[in-house]
Amino acid sequence: MAPPSKRRSGYSRRAQYSTFFGYIAGVAGVLVGAAFLLVSFLEPGAFSWARNAAATAAEPAGGASARGRSAGKSVIDVVEGYILAGSENARLRRELAESRTRLVEAEAAHEENERLKALLGLARRDPAPVALTRLTSSSASSSRRFATLGAGSADGVEAGMPVTSPLGLIGRVLEAGPSTSRVLLVTDTESLVPVRRSGDGVPAFAQGRGDGTIQIRLINLGINPLKKGDVFVTSGSGGLYRPGTVMAVATEVTSDGAIARVLSDPAATEFVAVEDVWGPVPQPGPPPSEEEDQDGE
Amino acid sequence: MNGLRFPGQRSRWRAKQINRAPSPALAVGLPWLSIMVGSLVPGWIIIASAPVLPPLGFLMFVAWRQLRPGLMPVWAGLPLGLFDDLYSGQPLGSAVLLWSATAITLDVIEARLPWRNFFIDWLVAAGLIAAYIVLGLGIANMLGGSTPLHVMVPQIIVSIFFYPLAGRIVAFVDRVRLSRILEIG
Repeated sequence: MAPPSKRRSGYSRRAQYSTFFGYIAGVAGVLVGAAFLLVSFLEPGAFSWARNAAATAAEPAGGASARGRSAGKSVIDVVEGYILAGSENARLRRELAESRTRLVEAEAAHEENERLKALLGLARRDPAPVALTRLTSSSASSSRRFATLGAGSADGVEAGMPVTSPLGLIGRVLEAGPSTSRVLLVTDTESLVPVRRSGDGVPAFAQGRGDGTIQIRLINLGINPLKKGDVFVTSGSGGLYRPGTVMAVATEVTSDGAIARVLSDPAATEFVAVEDVWGPVPQPGPPPSEEEDQDGE
Repeated sequence: MNGLRFPGQRSRWRAKQINRAPSPALAVGLPWLSIMVGSLVPGWIIIASAPVLPPLGFLMFVAWRQLRPGLMPVWAGLPLGLFDDLYSGQPLGSAVLLWSATAITLDVIEARLPWRNFFIDWLVAAGLIAAYIVLGLGIANMLGGSTPLHVMVPQIIVSIFFYPLAGRIVAFVDRVRLSRILEIG
């Protein structure tokens, strides 16, 4: 059926005018959008206040949905657990036997490490995280990879702080609002993290590709030493990210590096930790103080 | 709808509607509200590492305009797009521009093709969705990102196939919108 057209306004002046001004307003909408984009282009942080206010307004619903997500995930896990119980049991037994010997080796290495550190006079302890919270929402339908965090400047979160899960690095805080903050995930194309290979320390940069994987770019060009299965950890060069945080595992070797999969899938993470901005300590001595190296990027 | 009814006999639901009128606030406000909820929901479903979910707010916006042309003014893309921009992660202004342009495009198509069926509507919507996602990617890439186009292909396909469902949701909300809940007299 052809719907009645609103365009045929007939002889009524009033109807003609309202149609006309409707179109004027529609075109004005296009122009206003272009103007907003121009402002965003000239000054990227110009609308962060609006986004923060919006995120704060939606925070209760976001928190509830985060709890719902984790509940839904655990239901799936339970069902999956029943189906895979037998084969998983056998696999776990095998792995347990293997890891017992590994554990003894690791304990020995740990003791030696402690002894050597004591010799050097290095008292490096990991500081407590700034905040432990949930990721409440994300930009699931955009090409950019942002997430919203349920903690803000009231909890001590500041722009530039790294966000980690028990499985590895997730991203860093981009804008901190009063009770929420925006996180740039490591899979975003604008995210660049200095990393090294965990075995021998081959330095590289990890840049997001926008599709959930990461491009590892070697700093030393030449023969590509990377192999499938290499694990990359943050190197801490340039500050910001604490060295030694696990980040990604290489899945495909390319000509100038590798394509890697992020180890800490934010979708599978319930709680994340916001850590203090890490500043490199030039000489062994006191741990980094709170005031220095807060300038973020 | 259960059992046999004599002609003219009303169901219980119908019987409750005698002497009642639709609420004007609901009739006008529900389309706007449903689109705003559509903008919010994809962000809550999953903390995504890739653009996987359809831009539900945009799908609802197109579906409302196709199902009930003229119900929302042509300038509705300005406030609704602004709301979407605040939550979608796109640069602010991206949805304001694209949604307003979509509303104008749909009005022109409606004038040219007054006789439409489901498949023409779906075809038009598919074109608009693909254009919206690709242009949104272009805008995001101009302002800092560098995501390649092939990353968006799964999202475009998912969104096009999700569109009829969005239309069903809109049709349901449209029925709720005009339900008679205000007592007259």
